[in-house]
Amino acid sequence: MEQELRELYQQVILDHNKAPRNFRKIEDASNFAEGYNPLCGDNVTVYMKIDKNNIIQDISFQGSGCAISKASASLMTSMLKGKTVEEAEKLFNNFHDLVTDKLGDKPDMENLGKLAVFAGVREFPARVKCASLAWHTMLSALHNKNEKVVTE
Amino acid sequence: MSIKSDAALPSVNTVYDVNRIREDFPILKQVVHGKPLVYLDNAATTQKPLQVLKELEKYYYTMNANIHRGVHALSQEATEAYESARIKIKKFINALGKNEIIFTRGTTESINLVAQSYGRKNFNEGDEIIISHMEHHSNIVPWQLICEEKKAKLRVIPIDDSGELIFEEFEKMINERTKFVSVVYASNSLGTVNPVKKIIEVAHSFNVPVLLDAAQAVNHLKIDVQELDCDFLAFSGHKLYGPTGIGILYGKVNHLDSMPPYQGGGDMISKVTFEKTLYNELPYKFEAGTPNIAGAIGLGAAIDYVGKTGLDKIARYENELLEYATEKISELKGLRIIGTSKNKISVLSFVLENVHPHDVGTFLDFEGVAIRTGHHCTQPIMDRYGIPATSRASFGMYNTFEEVDVLIRGLKKILEVFG
Repeated sequence: MEQELRELYQQVILDHNKAPRNFRKIEDASNFAEGYNPLCGDNVTVYMKIDKNNIIQDISFQGSGCAISKASASLMTSMLKGKTVEEAEKLFNNFHDLVTDKLGDKPDMENLGKLAVFAGVREFPARVKCASLAWHTMLSALHNKNEKVVTE
Repeated sequence: MSIKSDAALPSVNTVYDVNRIREDFPILKQVVHGKPLVYLDNAATTQKPLQVLKELEKYYYTMNANIHRGVHALSQEATEAYESARIKIKKFINALGKNEIIFTRGTTESINLVAQSYGRKNFNEGDEIIISHMEHHSNIVPWQLICEEKKAKLRVIPIDDSGELIFEEFEKMINERTKFVSVVYASNSLGTVNPVKKIIEVAHSFNVPVLLDAAQAVNHLKIDVQELDCDFLAFSGHKLYGPTGIGILYGKVNHLDSMPPYQGGGDMISKVTFEKTLYNELPYKFEAGTPNIAGAIGLGAAIDYVGKTGLDKIARYENELLEYATEKISELKGLRIIGTSKNKISVLSFVLENVHPHDVGTFLDFEGVAIRTGHHCTQPIMDRYGIPATSRASFGMYNTFEEVDVLIRGLKKILEVFG
């Protein structure tokens, strides 16, 4: 496999694509949002259970998409479980900087941890949206509390 | 090409000199990610031969002027070139007269023109417009817009699992409330060639006019609008080896005559006063503003080019490519072809069991292979098959059997990585 391609499709990404973590619905979610990429038809729904201390007790996703988008959602949910809302927002910003390769915005690699495998996406402008769809959906779930779900 | 084919050389190669044709398309010599370009995205747009590029250059180098206006030499020359392109197109689809050939920006604008002009004049509350489940968004949305405005109803002919129209359903659907039928001649995402002549016959027995979206048909099938007896026909230049931004609306003269203008502006009038404006004669009534003059001339050159090789020969060759590709691709594990009608243009849509089309597209790109991945502006088809997207290889007059082999080898590599 060519170097660039290998960097995009790292083993971790291929693994998460094959066996996505937290790929389920949370029936009593306190927050959820649907994300959709009309360009490619990818869709993802992110479910979260946030307690009164603003800690993400549980987070999951469902939907369909390419390996990059599926692995991104899978890794995101693994990373965010147990984090606070503020930490989730910070990680969103870090991840966004990583995949969009903004000049001057040095992504916080330490904070990113496993998410660093998505660094290769920078070389593929057409695929940046695949990697960031789940994250944007998560952010929208954080901020638009779903009224239909009865919370405490 | 330096790549050796796994295929036994098909006999058609002896009469169809694809290498000679490839010489006319300079872009095919491009190298992508270090590999020779294998361009299999012809249903999205085709590449342009030197003969077209030279005409465009010649126009801007030697005769650029506005048409139908000046008395000076350049304007007359440009007008003549533009109008002679119209005559080429008239002959190409065997229209009765050149006043039935309207230059537009493309298929999309052609369909919008009919929906807005014919539809606004003739549709009323409770009327029904029939399209099919395999339409491109450009043959769905214009009708939805006018249906909403007129409180008319859009009805959809269903398709079966092979991707063919269920004709009996169409026969059941059409009735005295039906005011228009607009169907695709050949599907861009399934490849299916529809029985349009039969559709037109049935529609005409109810006195209902028919528009054919021929965007994908025009570079594969010989079109004779008089023989088809279609009322309108729309296509784009850029899928016929011509430039982008130029398209055609053919309409029977009695329809076009009775239709109000689509856009107002210069060239579409014969006399303007603040009290009343008299519209120009056909086809100029529908060509407001300075048109894409170079595009029209380029499209004329593309038609000459295709005519030189012969559309029948091209179609036969592309069918052999499709057959070969279909056979080879069917051997891959977990691959499902979407669109298995017996009567297809050279479009091959497929899904892989565990690999999303976008990943297929990125991997193939690194093999130099350009295919389209996504919903192909036909989301209802994707919903019909319960899939988000497909990968689509589509073949043009310059593709080779060796290129099909490169595609298959690329797919095999993908299956190994994702296996």
